[in-house]
Amino acid sequence: MALDKVSFTVEPNEFVSFVGPSGAGKTTLLKMLLAEERPTEGKVMLHDMDINFLSSQDINFMRRKIGAVFQDFRLLPNKNVYENIAFAMEAAGRPDEEIESDVPHVLELVDLSPKIWNFPNELSGGEKQRVAIARAIVNQPDIIIADEPTGNLDPANTYDIVQILKKINNLGTTVILTTHNKGVIDSIGRRVITMQDGKIIRDDVTGKYIL
Amino acid sequence: MEKVEFKTKLKRVSKAGFFNFWRSGYVSLASVLVMVVTLLVIGSVIFISAVLNITMEELRNKVDINVYFITTSQEKDILSIKTKIESLPEVSNVEYISREKALENFRLRHENDQITLQALDELGDNPLGATLNIKAKEPSQYEGVANFLNEENILSSDGSKIIDKINYFENRTAIDKLSRIINSAEHLGLVLSLALVVVSIIITFNTIRLTIYISREEISVMQLVGASKNYVKGPFVVTGVLVGLISGLITMLLFLPISYWLGGMTENFFIGFNIFSYYLSNFFQILFIVVGSGIAIGAVSSFLAVRKYLKL
Repeated sequence: MALDKVSFTVEPNEFVSFVGPSGAGKTTLLKMLLAEERPTEGKVMLHDMDINFLSSQDINFMRRKIGAVFQDFRLLPNKNVYENIAFAMEAAGRPDEEIESDVPHVLELVDLSPKIWNFPNELSGGEKQRVAIARAIVNQPDIIIADEPTGNLDPANTYDIVQILKKINNLGTTVILTTHNKGVIDSIGRRVITMQDGKIIRDDVTGKYIL
Repeated sequence: MEKVEFKTKLKRVSKAGFFNFWRSGYVSLASVLVMVVTLLVIGSVIFISAVLNITMEELRNKVDINVYFITTSQEKDILSIKTKIESLPEVSNVEYISREKALENFRLRHENDQITLQALDELGDNPLGATLNIKAKEPSQYEGVANFLNEENILSSDGSKIIDKINYFENRTAIDKLSRIINSAEHLGLVLSLALVVVSIIITFNTIRLTIYISREEISVMQLVGASKNYVKGPFVVTGVLVGLISGLITMLLFLPISYWLGGMTENFFIGFNIFSYYLSNFFQILFIVVGSGIAIGAVSSFLAVRKYLKL
């Protein structure tokens, strides 16, 4: 069992970080937020609906309102940067004109415009993660879920990614982040939830990385 | 929420499928190669069954019953027997060869054999009786026809026996054996080719499954981004269709030199059957079967394989 009686609420436009050692249950928790896994007991509420009772079609609609970013980037290897981002918009059923105007715009936001026609294997780790973030925000989601987004990155790229996430949060999107990185937590200076052995052991309004 | 119409979706799915095929390079090549082998098997089955059918037809046409009449029988009696035999449901046609015609055929057959012809001239009279050559619709029906002729004590109008002999009873064992061979060859051919086709379809299916196994991560990412099941499946099915289409066209091209090369051989072996001219004259039918099978196998395999990696 990865999680044991976790309970927390995230308000709109919050920036919440989950910290804790490996195996504490952070990733499992985020998977439940995306309805990738279901709890044996308890509820995952988004606004006022329990996402575990959604039909698969409604889960698709829900996921289009939640942007996800992962440690291993998870870009589509056979699609270039433009197509990777466009895919999220196509999946959401957006018309071609919107895709053509929004993709370059969002790439500008993550500062990656020159690489628009490159394929993932031609990008550095930091660049891949910026594509992943661009894909996550292009449908203007209510929430961004980022599972160790800086886990595979060097300090300079880590700093950039955190700045981008903060910028997104300032534009009004709720951000839920997990990380191992003390520097990341300290530089964000927002709410921190500390987990251990599947339980929440601390919940600080302006937390520091304490273990 | 969904603002785009079906046409746009179809365009996006086809485009994604095409790019997926093109950018996967070696993986697509591998699927095409395996698919070509399968389609070659399916195509060969078409050719083999054509060869078999035509050979069977030839053999069947060679089997007949000859009824020999005594030399003194009247033509009108023979013709009345002919109409009787023709009315049997098993009989497909009856040929009457008069005494004069039989003699003419005999002379023609022996035109280089002076001694025989001299002996014939010595006789003065025509020693040959008239014959009826009977062909049944199926080889197995000769027995019935022969028995009919035997039981029906066929007599002339004045009551004397006019049939000299019926050669069925001499040829009987040969005819029996032949019809058994024909039947079992057809069954064996059908079972063998079906087995081959099934085996190669399974191999192709597994190859396509492997290519999609490579993409299982992608499939889960697509779903995490919120793509609907059909939107994830679509491009893979399009890729499968493309593999089938391209393999089908390659197979048809390969059959051109293969059947040309085999054409001369089959012409000598199976009298009058040239596999190359069969290929050319049935080109569109074969194209339809080969390309159609390719597309169907590709699409169905992809569809089933993607389904396995879809969650929700």
